[in-house]
Amino acid sequence: MSTATLDAPASTNGKKLENLETVVIRFCGDSGDGMQQAGGQMTNASAMFGNDVRTFPDFPAEIRAPAGSLFGVSGYQLCFSNHDIFTPGDAVDTLVAMNPAALKTNIEDLKRGGTLIVNEEEFNKSGLQKALYEANPLDNETLMAKFRVHKVPMTRLNRDAVDGLGLSQKNADLCRNFFALGLVYWLYDRDPKPTEDNIRTKFAKRPEVVEANLRSLRAGMNYGFSTESFTVHYHVPPARLPAGKYRKITGNEAVAMGLAVMAKLSGKTVVFSGYPITPASDILHDLSAFKHFGVKTFQAEDEIAAMSSCVGAAFAGQLAVTASSGPGICLKGEAMGLGMMTELPMVIIDVQRGGPSTGLPTKTEQSDLLLAMYGRNGESPLPIIAASGPGDCFSMIQEAFRIATEFMCPVIFLSDGYIANGAEPWKIPNVADLPRLKIEHITAPNGENGEYLPYKRNEKLARPWAKPGTKGLEHRIGGLEKKDVTGNIDYSPKNHQHMTNTRAQKVANIANFIPEQTVDGPASGKLLVISWGGTYGAVRTAVQQAQAAGKSVAHTHLKYMNPLPRNLGTILKSYEKVLVPELNCGQLRLLLRNQYLVDAQGYNKIEGKPFLVNELVNVINEFHG
Amino acid sequence: MSVDLPALPTLQSKDFASDQEVRWCPRCGDYSILAQMKKVLPTLGIPKEKFCFVSGIGCSSRFPYYVNTYGLHSIHGRAPAVATGVKLANPELQVWVITGDGDALSIGGNHFLHAIRRNIDMKIILFNNQIYGLTKGQYSPTSPVGKKSKSTPYGSIDHPLTPLSVAIGAEATFVARSVDVDIKHLTMVLERAAHHKGTAFVEVYQDCNVFNPGAFSYATDKETRSDSIVYLEHGKPLIFGKNREKGIRVAEGNRVESVQLGGDIKEDDLLFHDEKTPEPSLAFLLSRMRHPEFPEPMGIFRAVERSTYDESVTKQVEAARSKLGEGDVEKLLNSGDTWFVN
Repeated sequence: MSTATLDAPASTNGKKLENLETVVIRFCGDSGDGMQQAGGQMTNASAMFGNDVRTFPDFPAEIRAPAGSLFGVSGYQLCFSNHDIFTPGDAVDTLVAMNPAALKTNIEDLKRGGTLIVNEEEFNKSGLQKALYEANPLDNETLMAKFRVHKVPMTRLNRDAVDGLGLSQKNADLCRNFFALGLVYWLYDRDPKPTEDNIRTKFAKRPEVVEANLRSLRAGMNYGFSTESFTVHYHVPPARLPAGKYRKITGNEAVAMGLAVMAKLSGKTVVFSGYPITPASDILHDLSAFKHFGVKTFQAEDEIAAMSSCVGAAFAGQLAVTASSGPGICLKGEAMGLGMMTELPMVIIDVQRGGPSTGLPTKTEQSDLLLAMYGRNGESPLPIIAASGPGDCFSMIQEAFRIATEFMCPVIFLSDGYIANGAEPWKIPNVADLPRLKIEHITAPNGENGEYLPYKRNEKLARPWAKPGTKGLEHRIGGLEKKDVTGNIDYSPKNHQHMTNTRAQKVANIANFIPEQTVDGPASGKLLVISWGGTYGAVRTAVQQAQAAGKSVAHTHLKYMNPLPRNLGTILKSYEKVLVPELNCGQLRLLLRNQYLVDAQGYNKIEGKPFLVNELVNVINEFHG
Repeated sequence: MSVDLPALPTLQSKDFASDQEVRWCPRCGDYSILAQMKKVLPTLGIPKEKFCFVSGIGCSSRFPYYVNTYGLHSIHGRAPAVATGVKLANPELQVWVITGDGDALSIGGNHFLHAIRRNIDMKIILFNNQIYGLTKGQYSPTSPVGKKSKSTPYGSIDHPLTPLSVAIGAEATFVARSVDVDIKHLTMVLERAAHHKGTAFVEVYQDCNVFNPGAFSYATDKETRSDSIVYLEHGKPLIFGKNREKGIRVAEGNRVESVQLGGDIKEDDLLFHDEKTPEPSLAFLLSRMRHPEFPEPMGIFRAVERSTYDESVTKQVEAARSKLGEGDVEKLLNSGDTWFVN
């Protein structure tokens, strides 16, 4: 990417300042090295400057893996640009590696001619051994010749910078991430002020830590400014994003915020039940601080209890929601079935991660689509929604509740590790424009003889929602098959057939109450690429590049997974070929082939990593021919 | 001048009968528990729409269908978790959980423990018949060692749980026991449970006359009853026997012993029950008294006060509101670092 453009601003300290359009940076080091912190700060600084930004935090499941080990490497990649972007970038322009293990596990992603910044002091005998290097890679001339290498004695320089503050050596070394960050700030002409403000707020109670981090940041910037190692630095002008006020948001933050806002605007209580699980726990953390919006959070004893209490809260008449990841969703299955059978509104959030079993807890995957579709006993279809990116979670979680309460059924909301932890600039919506959830609890008996009929349905086949405590509506429901209209237990053959059909029809009907599917690109042609969930950005960018290269290719991105949009069949038949790239073994493809008898082909990747734009462009070209 | 005031609506037992035909086996112990419950509910001064009965799976778990209040017949073992959700979402309801020995202690053991330790304001009534009835006769976690059942033709080798000991170990604030056919006593215990603030746990010995008949005959038969059970009364000594001639005394080594009254041993030497003592050791010791070695205590083992989970949740919400003000959507959306794009 990093294409140099003309009209570069004036240089400083005799060093050239070149303009770039797009830059990809990756910070990597030990999981205790503060790389997520450095990346997050750089993201803020870039977003506040006005660049479009996308991030990809990638960390190990081990909280503090042995220092210097290969499996303990934590990375944070961010891409910032002067135009709108949809992915955190493919190849890395600048790689910051805090130790040999970080270098070894990341160097392959650094582009030829890219900038490599290493803390050379960590490339000692012990560090090299832990990274299983037989020789110091920094001495490998063939390797190093591919990059612009800056060997920086970060540990020593940083210790000097914080000298006199009375910090222990260990605490002094904890500031090295800010030294590295300062150096990158100089290299990419970033204003340090947002970061300095953040340091002052975050460590307000520990002035010596504030001072140390500020000094480290400055020392890093000054190092770039002063030393001869760096002869040029870069500027990425602001992007031309739609006008408005922006903030940075991750998928998990957007879900929590969406729920809190919904509670407040609907005047209902949101009851969130959860059990800690990566990568969904942040939703519980964020929501537990939003009590004053009318949110009650319940950390249950297990996933089953979290789901069961959701059913209880929904029966009791409030907005019930739970969040988990694949292993937890498996445990919730039976209670989700109860929610389905009792036809109560609730939302189940699945922040997908690499599976099966414990799998890859901190890595992303899209492999729970079929679990969401079919992962319960009996015939138990549920509506499924999938967010396309971090900001999209804010509105889609509210959309999930609209469907749940309008149709009286549990709704599954699919996110993934990439969306959950990835950040993007988000245009703050106007409060007046936000949707208001309309909830109508039945208040009086609906039967001809003054009795309450809990399964008497409306035109959408939804049953009424009676709030316990309401006089005259006392009723009993449960997981046993029930007679339509009265809700009494009924095992008779015809009734079971009728109820099974009705529950399925109710979900199928939702297709009439969701937007029609749209297509980016020609309405018919050679190739249609279909994506869903968190791969939106990569697929969209790849298709746009292929279109720019003159290919007859269109893109459509699904957010409603069940039921699928009513015009999707027509769209599929308008192209000669259909390509479904997924981070699984072809789950959406299976559904499309099943439902539309279309010869959809897949491009499937199960590496725990998101798609690169480049690989998709190649696949598109191959399919297009 | 006299004014005709409309009579205050007084609820009666029949108001709590639902229109559903009760489908338990003839002479099942559940009938009596249902009848006593319907007797107690109208006396509590709570409108019937403010009750919610939650159950799991098992014979006992059909209970909610037969009580004309709000009811949720949930899934196996999860009733305490479902009921937690009900109470959190709608704290004004009085929530009852109906469960059995398999439902509460086997598949649902975890939820049982955690509901109790949180002290959520709900009543958990465990129908203990020491057998799986609905699945037609397998041994349960309360069946005695040696129990022959469909799944243990050579006798059970599982050591059973004592429900009351489990509840006390889980930090229960209210623990009681009664028997299905001891109508007056059962009514009293259910009443006490209903009035307890927090999780009230009641074990009811219930006869499954099809798959485990007479499991508790020692505690119900006229001939054996008075020697096999001892009624607990707060502040009173533990006396039992046909002629109240026997008692329970604290012995050396943190244990109790059964003694004959008369001679050197006076009533004052016996163990005096104290259901309110904060320290749970006494209640635990009593829960360990098992037939035939000891008469089994019936009544309120423990009734202490502790803040309830649901109350604390509400308090935290109120505290957050008074500290941070009513949630402000505008402020929330604009929190953190923001910037303008022109």
